[in-house]
Amino acid sequence: MKRTDFERPVAKRVLLRGGLVALLMGAASLSWAADPAPAAPKKPEPTLEQRIASLEAYVTNGDPTAPLKDKDGKIPDGLATPTSATAGPGHNGWMMTSSALVLFMTLPGLALFYGGLVRKKNVLSVLAQCLGIAGLVTILWWLCGYSMVFASGNSILGSLTKFAFLKGVDSAPNTDYSFWVSHNVFSMYQLMFAIITPALIVGAIAERMKFGAIVAFVTAWMFIVYFPLAHMVWGIDGLMNGVWNAKAAIKAIDFAGGTVVHMSSGWSALILCLILGPRVGFGKEKMPPHSMVLCMVGTGMLWVGWYGFNAGSAVAADGIAANAFMTTTLATAVASFTWAAAEWILKGTPSVLGYCSGAVAGLVVVTPACGFINPSGSIIIGLFAGLVPFFACYKLKNWLGYDDALDTFGVHAVGGTLGAFLTGVLATLDVNANLATNLKDIVGHTLWLEQLKAIGLTLVLAVVGTTIIAYTIKAVMGLRPAPDQEREGLDITDHGEEGYNLI
Amino acid sequence: MKKIEAIIKPFKLEEVKSALAEVGVEGMTVTEAKGFGRQKGHTEIYRGSEYTVDFLPKLKLDIVVGDDMVETAINAIVKSAKTGKIGDGKIFVTNVEEAVRIRTDERGGKAV
Repeated sequence: MKRTDFERPVAKRVLLRGGLVALLMGAASLSWAADPAPAAPKKPEPTLEQRIASLEAYVTNGDPTAPLKDKDGKIPDGLATPTSATAGPGHNGWMMTSSALVLFMTLPGLALFYGGLVRKKNVLSVLAQCLGIAGLVTILWWLCGYSMVFASGNSILGSLTKFAFLKGVDSAPNTDYSFWVSHNVFSMYQLMFAIITPALIVGAIAERMKFGAIVAFVTAWMFIVYFPLAHMVWGIDGLMNGVWNAKAAIKAIDFAGGTVVHMSSGWSALILCLILGPRVGFGKEKMPPHSMVLCMVGTGMLWVGWYGFNAGSAVAADGIAANAFMTTTLATAVASFTWAAAEWILKGTPSVLGYCSGAVAGLVVVTPACGFINPSGSIIIGLFAGLVPFFACYKLKNWLGYDDALDTFGVHAVGGTLGAFLTGVLATLDVNANLATNLKDIVGHTLWLEQLKAIGLTLVLAVVGTTIIAYTIKAVMGLRPAPDQEREGLDITDHGEEGYNLI
Repeated sequence: MKKIEAIIKPFKLEEVKSALAEVGVEGMTVTEAKGFGRQKGHTEIYRGSEYTVDFLPKLKLDIVVGDDMVETAINAIVKSAKTGKIGDGKIFVTNVEEAVRIRTDERGGKAV
């Protein structure tokens, strides 16, 4: 990358030189202004080379303080450059965009994807659940959620207090996670993941869980399952953070949340839907989607938003993000096409729901892998994503008879688990140099074993956590509305509104 | 006066309307309806769940004409609505006792 910088057109080089001259002059006037106060200890000045190297670190997404360090790796007291402790506009801009894109996945992407798949009488209940979760999780995140996940603590959980109420989370980068992205932007970006994860669970229990019980469940679930799991996988001292934590007991990798987001929500969804029981009339009455149009609109929004989710997980506008952007596109398109083709062959017609389900499955499976694989890897992921969750939704569900209303388990748990495993098989050092830091010896060899350990731990945490929470809430306040209310529809009984007042 | 109720396939509406206008029918009421006869329904599959849809979308036309027009109107409908395949629809004819044009208070044959 540096080399191409020097090959820039002459006009740009002149501009660059002009900029350097201006920088020099600025530095000169600064030191002149400091002269009249001889009593204050003189701050060490960075050399021009140090300043340029610090600035170059912005382009390469490197550490801007590295050029300031002496032989012992220490920065002399007070030595700094103008770019050594500030956010980089390009990286910051991309991460704010990505944060908005990930929120867009939930509101209204997922809400419409799910909303279209339920019956007319329950469409608002799904929208209300997604909206309610967005507000609730944001409050928990501000309170201590962010601190529990991203403050350093032990290998299982961060700190309850370090960043509580987001204190100290300002516009300077938190160098545990990024040299160039503002800490507040990073925390909002991660919040959007915390919002969509419990919202995914709603799909399995749609049309039959009391709104109050959902609010209680999500609150407890965030503390017992999500916050610890996200810390273990992404926290700087996390148990399963193989990429960044040299001391990680399980050296697993998860680029954008295959275990944290999709496995955790998918397996919890299965357990909750089993404890909840099937919808009234399940298997006897017809329960087709009320609007495949809304479902498709939501799917398109999910796909677009997922670029923020996957490419944004590089936490920089760098080459790793660029690669993730490409692999996400390839895997999703292949999975969408494969799912519908399988329908075409086995059922006679390729359906819109098939294309939509395949696209979401592709996005789910490529999530943990997108920043670690090459184009060939993403095509393999796309094919598996189009066939394995397809099988889970078409056959497994009917064989086992559980009422996973909108196939959260079939797509997110099966897809997330598949993705976590395939990441271990397909990850390559060629596209992500960060893998060489702590994992050089296992990538391409035994990484899949580490992935299996991470899968096992995630599964146990999600299943045990959800079982305890669900039975507790069932005993305290009950999980389901009265059968009559369920028949009438949750829009009226839980929210006092109707989705469609056409006449 | 007779009322002709015709249940037809939705995509045949324009053809039927033109055919009726050609033979001099000046007004009609169209309602979206669902139902089944010998055609029965079809099967829809949403992921693993199969549903038989019994009630298929149709249009119902209500036309009131003078006795002398009935056969002409029926022929026009049959000719224009026919595809020859099962599910083309049905026509029912009933007597109408009275008709009133609200604007002018005209009665009987003048009102239709």
